[in-house]
Amino acid sequence: MSYPPSPDVALAADGVSKRYRRRGPDVLDDCTFRIPAGVVCALVGPNGAGKSTLLELVAGMRRPTSGEVTVAGGAPRAGHPRVAYLAQHRPLFPRFTVAETLRLGARLNGADWDADLAERVADAGNFHEKDRIGDLSGGERTRVALALTLGKRADLLLLDEPMADLDVLARQEVMGLLMAHVADTGATVVMSSHIISELADACDHLLLLDQGAARLCGDIDELTASHAVVTLAGGPERLAGHTVIESRPAGRGTSALIRPSGAPLPADWEVRTPSLEELVLAHLGAPATPRSPVPPTPDAYLKEPAV
Amino acid sequence: MAFDFRIDRRGGIPAYVQIIQQVQQALRLGLLEPGDRLPTARAVVEATALNPNTVLKAYRELESQGLVETRRRHGTFVTGTLGASSADSPWHAELADVAARARASGLERDDLAALFADVLEDLYSSKEPDVVSPQP
Repeated sequence: MSYPPSPDVALAADGVSKRYRRRGPDVLDDCTFRIPAGVVCALVGPNGAGKSTLLELVAGMRRPTSGEVTVAGGAPRAGHPRVAYLAQHRPLFPRFTVAETLRLGARLNGADWDADLAERVADAGNFHEKDRIGDLSGGERTRVALALTLGKRADLLLLDEPMADLDVLARQEVMGLLMAHVADTGATVVMSSHIISELADACDHLLLLDQGAARLCGDIDELTASHAVVTLAGGPERLAGHTVIESRPAGRGTSALIRPSGAPLPADWEVRTPSLEELVLAHLGAPATPRSPVPPTPDAYLKEPAV
Repeated sequence: MAFDFRIDRRGGIPAYVQIIQQVQQALRLGLLEPGDRLPTARAVVEATALNPNTVLKAYRELESQGLVETRRRHGTFVTGTLGASSADSPWHAELADVAARARASGLERDDLAALFADVLEDLYSSKEPDVVSPQP
């Protein structure tokens, strides 16, 4: 199966699998999705779902074991001029000063470099001329790394946990700068987080990864509108005909998150549209879709180091 | 003159609805008048960290309500007005009277708010908003 090449698709994965060792577990497992150009996409999933691995593949830092990733109509490659990538470990030269780091960004990107934006994202005015990257706090380093990523003025921004170690105020400020940048340039953004509420107001698209596969992918408003949280008297058997994502007892009745079959729902049901967070939690809490059976090996326990 | 939006992320009201409500509220209170300028959508995006489409959706809705008008390169201006609901409105006195009697009969603040929301829902959310339902 392959998607026809379309200029409107910023990023596509087609049956992508990735394992790090020959007999190791599949970190990504037959992952297929496409993300249209111009969206701000939340890449969401539990720890170990494969979010960082997926971003590394798209950024061209690693190659898939099988399947195909398409970025801006071509194969991914490291240093792609139209793609900017913020890695989770924020690679920077620790002995450079902040000013030197930003000058490096300017040198590497030439005429495309947005010096003004980079200085604001890095909060450059806050630093002494001699402050070295190695002496900064985690949040300060993140802002400098993000400044290099945004200053590049790329068409596709891949941001791995961009807000993870920022304080609330810095989060609001940096997310504001990022959103204004999107408004100015129409860039496509894919940013990961395991905190959904952090992304809900900034993103208009969702890619939900679970156990290495894409569980949900689409416009957030469309996804929430195509589901319903229903409360009804009686047991779950009354939900027959609808796709039940998750259901739980509610007193003598049932409360469930469903994908309605299309027929009008009974008038005695209480119906509302789920929030993004409810939708994600329901899909993650639901039993996994049947997968090709893999005999459990001790390796499986090493998939995600305990943090 | 500046106008900054406050977005509450915990209240469950969608952000674009909050933007619309804050402009409507400011018009009702006379804090915004025709000719006043709203911040550009981009400035709102930067200040609130909302998705640009969210802000544009709110501004489009305000335009379709005839409350604001976007002029290319000049910004978004207030063009409409909304009925006054200031403290000297006669409706204020009548509502205050009803509310006081409800409280005297034992209603809590939340009961009253829910009742009022219910009445508004019945009045304004009929399927054909322009048709007044016949009185019995």
